[in-house]
Amino acid sequence: MANAHPISEPSPASAFYVTEEEHHGSGGGTLLGFWIYLMSDALIFATLFATYGVVSTNYAGGPGPRQLFELPLVAVNTAMLLLSSITYGMAMIDMEAGRKRATQIWLAITALFGAAFIAIELYEFSNLIAEGATPQRSAFLSAFFTLVGTHGLHVTFGLIWIAVMLVQVAQRGLVPENRRRLVCLGMFWHLLDVVWIGVFTFVYLLGALR
Amino acid sequence: MSPTDAHAHGHGHGSSRGYLIGFGLSALLTAVPFWLVMTGALGSVQATALWVVGLAFVQIVVHTLFFLHVNTRAEGGWTLLALIFTVVIVAIVISGSLWIMYHLNANMMHMGSGGPPAGS
Amino acid sequence: MFEQSIWKTVFGRLTWESFPIHEPILLGTFIVVALLGAATLGAVTWFRLWGWLWREWLTSVDHKKIGIMYMILGIIMLLRGFADALMMRAQQAIAFGANQGYLPAHHYDQIFTAHGTIMIFFVAIPLIVGLVNYVMPLQIGARDVAFPFLNSLSFWLTVAGAILVMISLFVGEFSRAGWLNYVPVANLENSPDTGPDYYLWALQIAGVGTTLSAINMVTTIIKMRAPGMSMMKMPVFCWTALCSNVLAIAIFPVLTGAFALLMLDRYVHTNFFTNDLGGSPMMYWNLVWIWGHPEVYVLVLPVFGIFSEITSTFSGKRLFGYSSMVYATVVITILSYLVWLHHFFTMGSGASVNSFFGIATMVISIPTGAKIFNWLFTMYRGRIRFELPMMWVVAFMLTFVVGGMTGVLLAVPPADFVLHNSLFLVAHFHNVIIGGVVFGLFAGMTYWFPKAFGFKLDPFWGKVSFWGWVIGYWVAWTPIYVVGLMGTTRRVRHFDDPTLQPWFMVAAIGAVIILVGILAFVIQIAVSIKNRDKLRVTGDPWDGRTLEWAIPSPPPSYNFAFTPVVHDLDAWDDMKARGARAPAGGFKAIHMPRNTGAGVIMSAIALVLGFAMIWYMWWLAALSLAVLLIYSIAHTFNYDRDFFIPADDVAREEQARLAGGEA
Repeated sequence: MANAHPISEPSPASAFYVTEEEHHGSGGGTLLGFWIYLMSDALIFATLFATYGVVSTNYAGGPGPRQLFELPLVAVNTAMLLLSSITYGMAMIDMEAGRKRATQIWLAITALFGAAFIAIELYEFSNLIAEGATPQRSAFLSAFFTLVGTHGLHVTFGLIWIAVMLVQVAQRGLVPENRRRLVCLGMFWHLLDVVWIGVFTFVYLLGALR
Repeated sequence: MSPTDAHAHGHGHGSSRGYLIGFGLSALLTAVPFWLVMTGALGSVQATALWVVGLAFVQIVVHTLFFLHVNTRAEGGWTLLALIFTVVIVAIVISGSLWIMYHLNANMMHMGSGGPPAGS
Repeated sequence: MFEQSIWKTVFGRLTWESFPIHEPILLGTFIVVALLGAATLGAVTWFRLWGWLWREWLTSVDHKKIGIMYMILGIIMLLRGFADALMMRAQQAIAFGANQGYLPAHHYDQIFTAHGTIMIFFVAIPLIVGLVNYVMPLQIGARDVAFPFLNSLSFWLTVAGAILVMISLFVGEFSRAGWLNYVPVANLENSPDTGPDYYLWALQIAGVGTTLSAINMVTTIIKMRAPGMSMMKMPVFCWTALCSNVLAIAIFPVLTGAFALLMLDRYVHTNFFTNDLGGSPMMYWNLVWIWGHPEVYVLVLPVFGIFSEITSTFSGKRLFGYSSMVYATVVITILSYLVWLHHFFTMGSGASVNSFFGIATMVISIPTGAKIFNWLFTMYRGRIRFELPMMWVVAFMLTFVVGGMTGVLLAVPPADFVLHNSLFLVAHFHNVIIGGVVFGLFAGMTYWFPKAFGFKLDPFWGKVSFWGWVIGYWVAWTPIYVVGLMGTTRRVRHFDDPTLQPWFMVAAIGAVIILVGILAFVIQIAVSIKNRDKLRVTGDPWDGRTLEWAIPSPPPSYNFAFTPVVHDLDAWDDMKARGARAPAGGFKAIHMPRNTGAGVIMSAIALVLGFAMIWYMWWLAALSLAVLLIYSIAHTFNYDRDFFIPADDVAREEQARLAGGEA
């Protein structure tokens, strides 16, 4: 009973221990770990979407989406984000090919599009607030500003990250650590696109239909 | 640090062709719903909403494939598994919350605060 | 006037009145804590231990040391949380009729809030995370976790949260809104004080730590298993740790989101959970319970893993139904995400919604029941050794099943309409948390203590602690079940019906018996340290079956001099059966992460940020946020994060252990 195994010959140590190890660089799990982090971030957005969905018609006598949203502005903003995605893709391709200068240029262009996106968003927000449609006006507006603002905060964080990466690539070049970081940043950046698809569809387009 | 790092990201990050196809599809999938809503081309609000939501889901898939490069091979399939799990959880959180809160409102809020805004 | 505005600018809403010098209970506690704290700090200074503490512990990224620190945090906070429990039991035992008891209402409300908050977030979670941290990498044959620095940061963020809760005892107030900080009580208009803010900042900071830790553990399990260890050859504890952490990643973002929205309500006056302007307080309940129910399983799944390991080891048999155990765990992980509404059946969602969530709740008891049978069948015809860990397992099975069954009872919506928010419910969840999680943690601590420190825990005081807990649990909670069934509601400070008093007196006696169990545990540790030479053990004191027993106790910093190759489930048992021996020579240099103070420093800044936000010291908040950002970015400029332990050092360490009698 104590030994359920078939009795077998004592085995050489090498069968049970890795005697010739090759040393893997640290960070073998970074990409997967970062991906899992992104999944958790997606869940924060899911929470905000759910909250927006629940209170999206609670205008409390205040303005609703029809009066507030300017779709042409949103379309321009969406274009900025989409363009920044393709430029980040170009940066990735140059990074793979080891072209440091081109990688930096594409990263800088990505940052410009991202900054344009943030600028347009801030312009939109300031217009809304000037009209009296503040986050405090109704639950609908609270949820709108929080959902869109959280996305904007993420993009802002992405911009800071791009700036840091520009410095680090300039300092050390496309060393494995920097490549890994750029891949993570790319996943982050592209996930924000996916979130934005949800935002412009469920908040702006469906809102304008209401 | 160590030479093995060089192939730590062996699962490729797309070709320029892949990015361009993705970008083209994405641009189309963005333009069409904006056009539908801004022109009211379909006439019916309900049909427009269905199309807009449908196209959004297609676009999310396009981004996942062409920009995020999720496939069955990356990280031994774990990224895909994590994504599927997350999609399920996101669906539960959003649909569950809407379902529950709709019922709570329907049963408990007889003043009709869930109705349309005053004056519209 | 001018002076006042200067004060306000610098200290926000912190004034002399914020310190409870007029409340004797709090003042007394404060003096005791201050004396103990001063004594500890004095001792560390006297023995010149600061340098050692900083180098060996505070900055350590070794998963074993972080695991041990998590356990210490959990045990310290257990003492605090249990003190709250004793105070509540004493109040409820005497506050009948004309007697108002000794606790004023606003203080009593803070105590039940703090008790629940501390016990779940700063006792159960740290103890579970600590055990997973310590044991899981050893069981999968790894040398550390996937992200060692992140591990250190996660731990210190949890500490920062715990410190904030402790500060609230003496500076300002803690929340009075229950352990999930329910709105509308926690809304700004009903709680304009610092209470909910302490709660929110403490839990947000600790919650970030928990989420990061969960990501770390999942990545570790997926990426760092020893060669040959396929998923289905992984120890059950690792499977349950995996599922528990996956679940944590799936729920903590929702809690973070809900808390963030409540913070916005409280700080910038948005209207998410307010009663007017379209706010929806019930949405807060909905969100926190999406977190809340799975959280129970985040805690209990690893504990099921602990019981599985112990049952198998002490029955001398392979676990019965390994694969069914794994599938049951996975099924529970998914199902637990589909039951949250049963926490608010009575809030009016109607028949269809209530039926769905009621049935889902009942279904979840099926895989859980399957596990109980697996443990029973493992014991069946085994050579059971009734040592302490195994005693905890048996106590768990007897106690937990009752808690599970009262849970199924509560899952029936019509029954819940009677029992909602009654003491029956309170008895139910203490039954599963104490009978499941706490008993499991004690089993796990007794089982793995010799691995971590090289000597066993004293069995006599262990048995005193065991009986204190088990008898105390039943004496304390059976009467609560009874009064709850009769309709007594929870969170009540004073009763009018004198016939209830005997039940609460008995419950108070039970709490004192549990106190004996807790004190015996503390004595057990002290006695064991004193007699450590008599209790000294080898690497494998229990005739273990999994890889952590294949290395010396305590393990060297690199865990495995040679990474093991796994051929079978219960890898170490397999290796013993087939006479595998670790090579005695030919050591290689081992690649390890470097210690860093970044985790503890960033957490300290986060603590200052939280405190400043709670007290409206805006300048300090802005400053600490800026410093936190700059420090984090600066940290990424450090590329030199690892080093090699030279082969000679490994050889020396391994040979010293061989010479020291390690078999």
